[in-house]
Amino acid sequence: MFVQEYIHSTHYWFSWVTSFQRVLYGFLFAQLLGIPLGLFFGYSEKFRHLFFPVFELLRPIPPLAWVPMSILFWPTNESSIIFITFIGAFFVIVINVYEGVRNIKREHLLLALSMGVPKRWIFLRIMLPSVIPSIAVGMTLGIAITWDVVIAAEMIASDSGLGRLTWEGYVSSTPEVLVIGMISIGLAGFISTKAVYKIEKHMMPWRKNLR
Amino acid sequence: MAKKPPMNGVKLPTNSAQGNGMQLKSVTKQFTDPAGRCIDVFNNLSIEFEPNQLHVVMGASGCGKSTLGYLLAGFTQPDSGEVSLNCVPVQGPGPDRLFVFQETALWPWMTVTENIIFGPQSRGEASVVELKSRAAQMLVKFGLADFSDNYPDQLSGGMKRRAEIAQALINRPKIMILDEPFRGLDVMTREILQEYYLALFEETRQTTIFITSELEEALFLADKIYFMGGSPTQIQAVIDIKLPRPRNFDVTLGQEYLAYKQKAMDLLFRDAREQPGKFKG
Repeated sequence: MFVQEYIHSTHYWFSWVTSFQRVLYGFLFAQLLGIPLGLFFGYSEKFRHLFFPVFELLRPIPPLAWVPMSILFWPTNESSIIFITFIGAFFVIVINVYEGVRNIKREHLLLALSMGVPKRWIFLRIMLPSVIPSIAVGMTLGIAITWDVVIAAEMIASDSGLGRLTWEGYVSSTPEVLVIGMISIGLAGFISTKAVYKIEKHMMPWRKNLR
Repeated sequence: MAKKPPMNGVKLPTNSAQGNGMQLKSVTKQFTDPAGRCIDVFNNLSIEFEPNQLHVVMGASGCGKSTLGYLLAGFTQPDSGEVSLNCVPVQGPGPDRLFVFQETALWPWMTVTENIIFGPQSRGEASVVELKSRAAQMLVKFGLADFSDNYPDQLSGGMKRRAEIAQALINRPKIMILDEPFRGLDVMTREILQEYYLALFEETRQTTIFITSELEEALFLADKIYFMGGSPTQIQAVIDIKLPRPRNFDVTLGQEYLAYKQKAMDLLFRDAREQPGKFKG
């Protein structure tokens, strides 16, 4: 049967690997750069006054609008796609971390201050853990956006990946491939979300009723 | 399920060998309301909180009781005047004056034990092992021994409050300030915790400033009740509660108690009736 053959083909599995790689790199870079930036925005008023306006101007630009710029700017096709996925998750995580810092419960801080807790301890053991739930939210939203973006970016600007595969199914009038593509994308997104959820649970062992 | 926690013979760490008192001298505190106006919360307020007594500050919601607590704890500074501990001015928050908040301030990402030892641990006072054993002893006394490795969210409201009191007391503060700590708890838990805290106080006689808006609670716990009210807020009256100690709930059925209650109600309602427009409720 065509479907069975197709699913066992290298082309198909390679598309999975390619898309996943792009999602992974984009998502990871977004967390690595976005979390510290969000913390900076939260803690330093000076930094916020300098850079937040620029950030807020860039944030509404949809990730796909970055595609032409990304292709011009980045040396390889792969890096330009990863950049787009990065953009998708990046703004989400920064905003969530920033809000997380802003919403730290005052009492948690005051209690630590009155116990004579040294500043480094306050930062590492009180402020950072307070922000972890916001990071988790940012990651959950970010992973979904990353997949949206990577699929669309592949359709426009790449010759590999699950998005491209689905698109090929369309242009070659092979609806089976189209459907396989869409189901695969859904599955991939589902697996990614589950993975993030597991990480979340690990990050926040104190949360009861985590879904 | 409200269960009376055991008051086992575990001795509480205490700093009350020497009496510690707090003083406010001519304290003025203003804040800006949302409309941008400067409002005097306190104007030239002076209070002396004597050592080894349970002082209760009572007043309607919004009169500034929490602000008073914050000034004593050092979370905020007066605009003028002085807040001092044993006549030494208070510079900021510190482990000698610990504050129990209205809303639970336990750190949710730490277990009960970790919460309790965090203060002394961060100050490097003793090894973690030593502190954990001290905490374990306190937890037995506070009836929380089975929950030592649970997270705060897994505890009931009354248990959280007990944990917070333990968390404060392990630091051997000179002064305990509690801001409506039993607010929002059901009546049974509340009464049990009142009796419980009273027993703790009577064991150590540690200077306590207890803020509440519940008259019965004030009458039951206090050595002195300070009635706050007016605009700007002042101490309008002080009642010495000379009910004998140790106290339990039977005292609330006696004649003396009822006489105090009558006196207090007169004070409170007189203020409300005379100045209905200015009543901050």
